[in-house]
Amino acid sequence: MNHIAAAETGFQPDAGTGSTAITRTRTIHQMLVPFPVAYFTAALVTDLAYWRTDEVMWERFSVWLIAGGLVMAALVALVAIVDLAFAKQKPVWIRAFGYVLAVLLSLVNVLVHSRDGYTAVVPTGLTLSAIVVAILFLVATSATWTLTSRRHGARK
Amino acid sequence: MSRVPQFVQGARISRIAAALLLTVSGLALASCGNGGDPRKQIGANPVLPAVQQYLIPPIRIARPLPWGNDTPKVPQGLQVHALATGFQHPRSLYVLPNGDVLVVESNGPKAPVFRPKDIITGWVQWFAGAKAKDANRITLLRDTHGGGIPDTRTVFLDHLNSPFGVALVGHSLYVADTDAIIRYPYEDGETSISAPGVKLTDLPGGPIDHHWTKSLVASPDGTKLYVGVGSNSNIAENGMEAERERAAIWEVDIKTGAHRIYASGTRNPTGLQFEPETGKLWAIANERDEIGPDLVPDYLTSVQDGGFYGWPYSYYGKHLDPRVQPQRPDLVAKAIVPDYALSSHVAPLGFAMYTGTSLPASYRGGAFVGEHGSWDRTPLNGYKVVFVPFTNGKPSGTAQDVVTGFLDADNRTHGRPVGLAVDRSGALLIADDVGNTVWRVSSASGTPTPRPAS
Repeated sequence: MNHIAAAETGFQPDAGTGSTAITRTRTIHQMLVPFPVAYFTAALVTDLAYWRTDEVMWERFSVWLIAGGLVMAALVALVAIVDLAFAKQKPVWIRAFGYVLAVLLSLVNVLVHSRDGYTAVVPTGLTLSAIVVAILFLVATSATWTLTSRRHGARK
Repeated sequence: MSRVPQFVQGARISRIAAALLLTVSGLALASCGNGGDPRKQIGANPVLPAVQQYLIPPIRIARPLPWGNDTPKVPQGLQVHALATGFQHPRSLYVLPNGDVLVVESNGPKAPVFRPKDIITGWVQWFAGAKAKDANRITLLRDTHGGGIPDTRTVFLDHLNSPFGVALVGHSLYVADTDAIIRYPYEDGETSISAPGVKLTDLPGGPIDHHWTKSLVASPDGTKLYVGVGSNSNIAENGMEAERERAAIWEVDIKTGAHRIYASGTRNPTGLQFEPETGKLWAIANERDEIGPDLVPDYLTSVQDGGFYGWPYSYYGKHLDPRVQPQRPDLVAKAIVPDYALSSHVAPLGFAMYTGTSLPASYRGGAFVGEHGSWDRTPLNGYKVVFVPFTNGKPSGTAQDVVTGFLDADNRTHGRPVGLAVDRSGALLIADDVGNTVWRVSSASGTPTPRPAS
């Protein structure tokens, strides 16, 4: 755990090391970041289930999961702004950008999923769900679930 | 994964992201297409464009605005006045043999919320004035002086369950509630029925009941009832098990209540009439939404025994709907092309074969269709009553606008025409479920005075 956290904060040349770094980089939004990730990932699973079964229940699960993920993402955005303003944080651009992109694509995806019938999922909805999950896991999330890091020169 | 190369990856990813965002905004822009000239979609051979799919389906809500002193507009040779006002969402009309007019005041049951979209749809309906409380009653209007203005108004039947269709056979009055056909004893000249009804048969009702109106007509020999049962969804998005015996026209035996599916694949058959010259059954039907402003044209068609009209798998014959999976090529192969397109999203809900003689000669032999209009198209289409001329029992010309002015120049809606009926004097009656009025259209000159109700 510690060495991953150290890698996270390794963006900054003067980042602290070890357990101090973890306590220093803890933010409010990191608590909420996993929610949309979990919802959007679950939506990919229910999309796959719909694709294989044509059972409308799975499509309904998907659209609620994506909608729920978007609501949580809105909360993340609000809280991240608070963190940036008050918790001496600066954005980790790559992660923040990846996260925002995944949320924007999910916004499109909830509209696609609101279509009626098969094309609410196959192929566009399912593809978008997969892209969103890929972005989240490859780019946007880290072991600390933060989209920010300690601001350069902030007091340790 | 290593974090270091991300600095390098960053630029590449942002380029991909920019490309994605451009694609997305491109899709959104592509969804803003307006519908073409509806006249290209009227008649036997409507022009059918390619299927479009939307991120946000075009919605054009016509906000209600009271009539005030205004009335609908009619062409020269006709006149229009309000037969009666102050109804609660009047949906359909029926004229009894003695001239009494039945006004069915009704609205659908509460729609369930299966998806976030259903919440939005509820708001749209509320804005368009379609969320009126369900009165669940039938009101009787009687004109004892024969002046075209009724002087008696009574509650004929109350405590119904989203009624729509009415048919009198002998001394039995059949009312199609949303979930059953109920038979009531009717004596000539009655202004109110207090006797309890007897259920003839169940009809597909809740729990979803998406298309709730059950239209009704009796066969000319009085042995069968034909019932229009709408689908339980736009395009089977609630699953095919929810569509059992729906999107169909039922034939019900009047003695036993037994039924069979007379025709299927008719998404929402809201009006049934027997064509007087040939004795054939005809229907109007509402077709599917959300695949473009010019898809799919609503239609008027003769109904063939055992015929399949496409829904949900295909439309206008064998044009496949990509939103339905699994497909049924066996059914699509025998899908019948409807006889006469009324153009897209006009929402025909009223249907009257004209057999009267008091309107000008050009209206003799043909059908009036009440086009409720919808919010699924820009520019708006429908919101009027049209006349389709018939020759030898078949449509023989372009639909003509007869009653217009339901929409004003700013696309505010004073009213929306629904059910139609022809009164005993031959005048056309129109239920208006936003203006909460019943309009009467008669000949402007030499109007024969309606015979007093007997």
